[in-house]
Amino acid sequence: MEKAYKALEVSGLHVHVKSKQGMTPLVRNIHFEIERGSVLGLVGESGCGKSVTCNALLRLLDPRQTSVEGSVKLNGRELSGLHEEEMRQIRGKEIAMIMQNPMSAFTPVYPIGDAFIETIRTHTRLTKKQALELAVSSMEAVNLPDPASLLNKYPFQLSGGMLQRVMIAICMSLRPAVVIADEPTTALDVVNQLGVLKELDRLRVEHGMAILLISHDLGVISELADEVAVMQHGEIVERADVFQLFDHPKHPYTQKLLHARPKLIRNEPKYNR
Amino acid sequence: MLLQVKEVTHAYRENRTFWSSSRQAPVLSNVSLTLEEGQCLGLLGTSGAGKSTLGKVILGMEKPQTGQVLFQEHDFYKVHGSAKRALRRDLQAVFQDSYSAVNPRLTAEQIIGEPLENYERLSQREQKAKVGELLETVGLKAEDMTKYPNQFSGGQLQRIAIARAIALRPKLIVLDESVSSLDMVNQTYILDLLNKLKKDFGLSYLFITHDIKAAYTLCDKLAVMERGEIVDSFQDKDHIFNSTHSAVKKLLSAMLPEHPRYRTRMRRDESQS
Repeated sequence: MEKAYKALEVSGLHVHVKSKQGMTPLVRNIHFEIERGSVLGLVGESGCGKSVTCNALLRLLDPRQTSVEGSVKLNGRELSGLHEEEMRQIRGKEIAMIMQNPMSAFTPVYPIGDAFIETIRTHTRLTKKQALELAVSSMEAVNLPDPASLLNKYPFQLSGGMLQRVMIAICMSLRPAVVIADEPTTALDVVNQLGVLKELDRLRVEHGMAILLISHDLGVISELADEVAVMQHGEIVERADVFQLFDHPKHPYTQKLLHARPKLIRNEPKYNR
Repeated sequence: MLLQVKEVTHAYRENRTFWSSSRQAPVLSNVSLTLEEGQCLGLLGTSGAGKSTLGKVILGMEKPQTGQVLFQEHDFYKVHGSAKRALRRDLQAVFQDSYSAVNPRLTAEQIIGEPLENYERLSQREQKAKVGELLETVGLKAEDMTKYPNQFSGGQLQRIAIARAIALRPKLIVLDESVSSLDMVNQTYILDLLNKLKKDFGLSYLFITHDIKAAYTLCDKLAVMERGEIVDSFQDKDHIFNSTHSAVKKLLSAMLPEHPRYRTRMRRDESQS
């Protein structure tokens, strides 16, 4: 039965923000769905509404300043009418989010182990000891060296790449159905970037997670995405299979984005194995 | 010779704790490089390789423990007074985070006007005209000069930082990850702009980045750093693809594909296509 549903189905999503001139639309009429084990890439330049869309999915926008309409279905379950408390249980447990800047996503005054155990124990009935074991095993799963000692470290003691892996480990420890990765590698250098993308890919294959991958970097998209939605001025202007999109972009804005890539390596395959 | 870095070694002191005395953490060891006028050198490496420290040493912000930095045949750390002031004029910098590189309480006019005020005795009217001209050079409008930093986007603010850097027609600009936090459209725009400025004003750049593609587009020659050392350098940027050094290979292999065809990700349907 469960397989009949898409992991995430979004239809008719509108976000308005209250301003002096009345309601200003930020995001208009967003439709997309993601199947289990597949990756939807959401691209567009900064300010086009990518992050607003994913905050709206998780209902992280302030209801006093914004209004969100539309339907969001997680494994067939409608989320839009849920109470705040129910939503809180879904966030982290069923939809997890990986944020752009790991340095500001952790509380600087607590060791990362605290954040880890707090997240696990909020959503499960595990004891502290069991939570600790789960934390260690999920950190091992993302190739972090010596997890037990890492848990006692503070965020500033780790590099950006390592901290991003810790964030991924926290997200994965609860085996969510959907992961929203909002620019997961933008703050990292190229070597760490590839490592994190490979990690996401492995989790997708092994656990059948659906990933909403938000990025402005077409390199990241071509590495990981199955399907791509292109956003401009708060609307999705084109949605297509990743190969289709790169080979035959239809919308002029998509063509412009593809054209904007730094093109320098002429005989490409040689360098990309 | 515009810039000569001779056998620079530098270390930061690691924090002393109650139990142990302070230790030296080496960041640069025996780094040498040269840059001719009108040339652009790309300095590549992963995070923590010492790229930014080298940039700071060249900018005169961090005195190296041993070694020499000669800018226009003068040692920055030995000259004082008006000679140093004159040297400073020819050396400018643009950093990654443009929001923290400008004073949020100054208008664009004041931000760009600051170096002019310091070095050139212009009347208010002349200065205003000059600022307007600079804004247009970087693709903004002269009317934008009354705006404050929070009214600009990241890409626009980066252009303001560039306008400020070129205000005095310097000889060398150190660009430390200047395009890394921008989206692709803006990145391409800024890279094109830098290329144009280089030709128009005969500027030289030291372009610090982890992004091979960006460095390749802008630079004439490249150098790769790893653990505080320049491990390989290329007078002709195309030679980087033939390098046999492991650090260079690592950077090259971490480069993201330009098309999904070349991706490394596991794909369930790969065997069919």
